[in-house]
Amino acid sequence: MISTMFGKPTAWTTTVLLVVFALMPFVAPAIGEAFYVDVFTRIMIWSIAAVGLNLILGYGGMVSFGHAAYIGIGGYTVAIFGFHDITNGFIQWPVALAISGLAALVFGAISLRTRGVYFIMITLAFAQMVFFLGVSADKYGSNDGLNVWNRSTFEVAGLDLSIDDNMTFYYVIFALLLLVIYVTRRIVNSRFGMVIQGARSNDTRLQTVGVPTYAYRLTAFVISGVICGLAGVLQANFEQFVSPDMMDWPRSGELMFMVIMGGMGSLFGPVLGATAFLILSEVLSGITIHWHLIFGPLLILLVLYVRGGLTGLIGKFERRPPGV
Amino acid sequence: MSDKMADAMADPLLATRSLRKSFGGIVATDDLSLEVAAGEIHAVIGPNGAGKTTLVNLLSGLIKGDGGDIVFDGRAVSRLRPAARAHRGLARSFQITSIFADFSVLENVALAVQARSGHSFRFWRPTGDDQRLRGPAREVLARVGLADRAEILAGNLAHGEQRQLEIAMALATEPKMLLLDEPMAGMGIEESQRMIALLDELKADYTMLLIEHDMDAVFALADRITVLVYGRSIATGTPADIRANADVRDAYLGTSETG
Repeated sequence: MISTMFGKPTAWTTTVLLVVFALMPFVAPAIGEAFYVDVFTRIMIWSIAAVGLNLILGYGGMVSFGHAAYIGIGGYTVAIFGFHDITNGFIQWPVALAISGLAALVFGAISLRTRGVYFIMITLAFAQMVFFLGVSADKYGSNDGLNVWNRSTFEVAGLDLSIDDNMTFYYVIFALLLLVIYVTRRIVNSRFGMVIQGARSNDTRLQTVGVPTYAYRLTAFVISGVICGLAGVLQANFEQFVSPDMMDWPRSGELMFMVIMGGMGSLFGPVLGATAFLILSEVLSGITIHWHLIFGPLLILLVLYVRGGLTGLIGKFERRPPGV
Repeated sequence: MSDKMADAMADPLLATRSLRKSFGGIVATDDLSLEVAAGEIHAVIGPNGAGKTTLVNLLSGLIKGDGGDIVFDGRAVSRLRPAARAHRGLARSFQITSIFADFSVLENVALAVQARSGHSFRFWRPTGDDQRLRGPAREVLARVGLADRAEILAGNLAHGEQRQLEIAMALATEPKMLLLDEPMAGMGIEESQRMIALLDELKADYTMLLIEHDMDAVFALADRITVLVYGRSIATGTPADIRANADVRDAYLGTSETG
């Protein structure tokens, strides 16, 4: 499996980062930097999307350059429901995930008939289609975007499980991130996971031993789209705003960078990547407005010289007890 | 032998009828009708460019023919995709080693076992400790002599061992027939001898179509031999027939034996 190829991030780094996530709502106000809570909320939302993309990019070898589309579809579904005064999360969220999945099914069904550069270009083209759909939707704010006046509501039997409180919402997102990582872990180690990794490694061989790989790759593509749709749902609720910008192609590129930077095909790598990417851009943009000039070369160096991204880098520095 | 030949003609396990394939202006398979009897090793020999690998690709479904039929085990398979043909019992190996290089040896074979164990839309249970996959995979590895290499990354095996792994993956699909595309390609003398011994042992259980350049191997293993030249069969017969055949000597064997 690919995990043996790139080495795993040690339990240590993973644990530290998760503890930081878990404690941030308490730590940040204590050190007088309350806005870190917002930064880390965004990190966790992007982490969810990156874990979703990694399922096909890292494990499945499908280089989708259009996954921001599913983030956008998830977010816009919530915003449009809200626009029409439907705030019930039990309606909003499942429908948002279903539409993300459906879009991934249609786009994936066509894209997966191509390979290599063509696959990259066609996924990009579909995503830009969705982007322009957002731009041309005058009713829903077109370029200016759409406010989400109320977060999704969850009322069960008179009980109001509100996510209006930022602290509560933070931990809901944290829990969902853990859930997505766990589910992905089960998937990649399952029979299905072996098939999509086998298709990455040698698709022709897998077909000739009797696996019709297309259906499995498409299914993985859909799962990946749904996970990114979830990230979009969370983003729309957190920022209380959606705009076409959230699904423009640079967002797809950034998402790819997070995955590649963190370590493709490692379970926790995308989380590392999203964290490093967002913190680095936060810090560098505080130093100079030309921060992209520093950021770009850093990314290039990492991709060129560190095999397996941050996961590979950290793996080199941390010793691991045998068998773990 | 003549009884066996008669059976072969009456009810072959694999038959092609007027199979044709061209790439641009080059005819790779030219009106080829070939029959492989159940239980035999049928070797296909011919000079470079004779269309041997094209034939295996046509039979396994990786490329589509321009015309003609392929009948396997009593049913037309010409329109089936590669995976479906594998499920019918046609397994193949590749001339250029084709394995899952970043999987362990055991995982390579376990994936082949998985391929014939129903669909793989199973998302939850880890395969790592699934004895329904690993058990049969270990048995197959033992059979081809790779039992002690199970945990090694397949990409790190020696070339000859990778060729054995190719055979193991084919066997793990529980095929009725093996299509072997130059299983000895790139092997040293010793490795070739081991592969010949392995194929000879497998002969009891499997029908084989064997593409091979190594004439010693072909004459040691084959029950019948078909000689391809420019995609066309110029002769089919027992090894003795083929040795004696004047056309074959002219087209192919002659040059190498007098040389």
